[in-house]
Amino acid sequence: MTAADAAASLSGKFPAAITAEKEFRGERTLVLRADSLHDVCAFAKESLGFDYLIDISSVDHFGAEPRFEVVYELYSMNDGAHLRLKIPVSEDDCEAATVSDIWPTANWHEREVFDLMGIRFQGHPDLRRILMWEGYPYHPLRKDFPLGGRPSDVPGLAFSETAPLAGGPFVTVPTDGTTQVREPRARHAGETPGPAKFPDEP
Amino acid sequence: MSDQSPLSYDSKSEGNIIFTRLDAAINWMRSNSLWPMPMGLACCAIELMAAGAARYDISRFGAEVMRFSPRQSDVMIVAGTVTYKMALAVKRIWDQMPEPKWCIAMGACASSGGMYRSYAVLQGIDRLIPVDVYISGCPPRPEALLDGLMMLQKKIMGEHAIADQKKALFEAV
Repeated sequence: MTAADAAASLSGKFPAAITAEKEFRGERTLVLRADSLHDVCAFAKESLGFDYLIDISSVDHFGAEPRFEVVYELYSMNDGAHLRLKIPVSEDDCEAATVSDIWPTANWHEREVFDLMGIRFQGHPDLRRILMWEGYPYHPLRKDFPLGGRPSDVPGLAFSETAPLAGGPFVTVPTDGTTQVREPRARHAGETPGPAKFPDEP
Repeated sequence: MSDQSPLSYDSKSEGNIIFTRLDAAINWMRSNSLWPMPMGLACCAIELMAAGAARYDISRFGAEVMRFSPRQSDVMIVAGTVTYKMALAVKRIWDQMPEPKWCIAMGACASSGGMYRSYAVLQGIDRLIPVDVYISGCPPRPEALLDGLMMLQKKIMGEHAIADQKKALFEAV
């Protein structure tokens, strides 16, 4: 079964769940309604043979609504088929259903997404931070989190300070320009990058 | 005899008796048996291991006794990136080391945060504990670590703790 067959099978079984289907360079992506994710994933594993969850990641479309997107990479060991599922997550509830009961590997992937992006997974057996320490108040991969970090303090455990960036050579500068303008390697020597503009966190 | 040359000893004329200053003798002993606390946190630790192995052989400088207990260590070699999550653990181990103690910040990350201008990385271990010797490099070669160790030995040879104590005692009396 190829990814196209799997996508056709899924849209036959869950016609209301799939809101968009894309194909780009042989990679097939299905955009789902968030509430149908668990059913679709369970069907994909049990009936379509997607026995391997490669990764769960998340995207912050800062300023757009819904703000977040959670991306699931599915793979079938027997067929060599790769299918990508995406669900939108709004900033207001910041919640998604867990798939850790379907693929046990999702446990730590979801903890990582929770830690760095702040999306809570309903039904997760052990939703703790996995990289940052317990008590750290921010989710550092969100677009409104400054690259240099924010000061924080958990007494006896860890503290953090703002790192000095000073327009250094490795720092992408947020501007209204294209990717080429933002790209640090595109700046000429001696050229001062514009001031960093980060919206304040509420 | 000066602090810097405690070994000027002529066995023919002096026999089994050595005259020196207590500071010089203690410094000589301390600097030639530095027991490191290997705080290996990242790739610098690989170079630290290379410095301890046969080719570079840190035991030529009396610092081969890597102690994994802070209570038996003299010098903490912070080798690698210190994340904030690890920072207070490093501080805790440093606090458990008995005086006198020294610290070598090995490599760019331990010295300044290195290339990790990041929300997760402490920008230099000197923000938390006092550092005696900084070693540049990413990671530094074992020779650089040995050079840093020799600089630390030179620094220890110049210490005058006993003389200071004596002076303070006289002033108190």
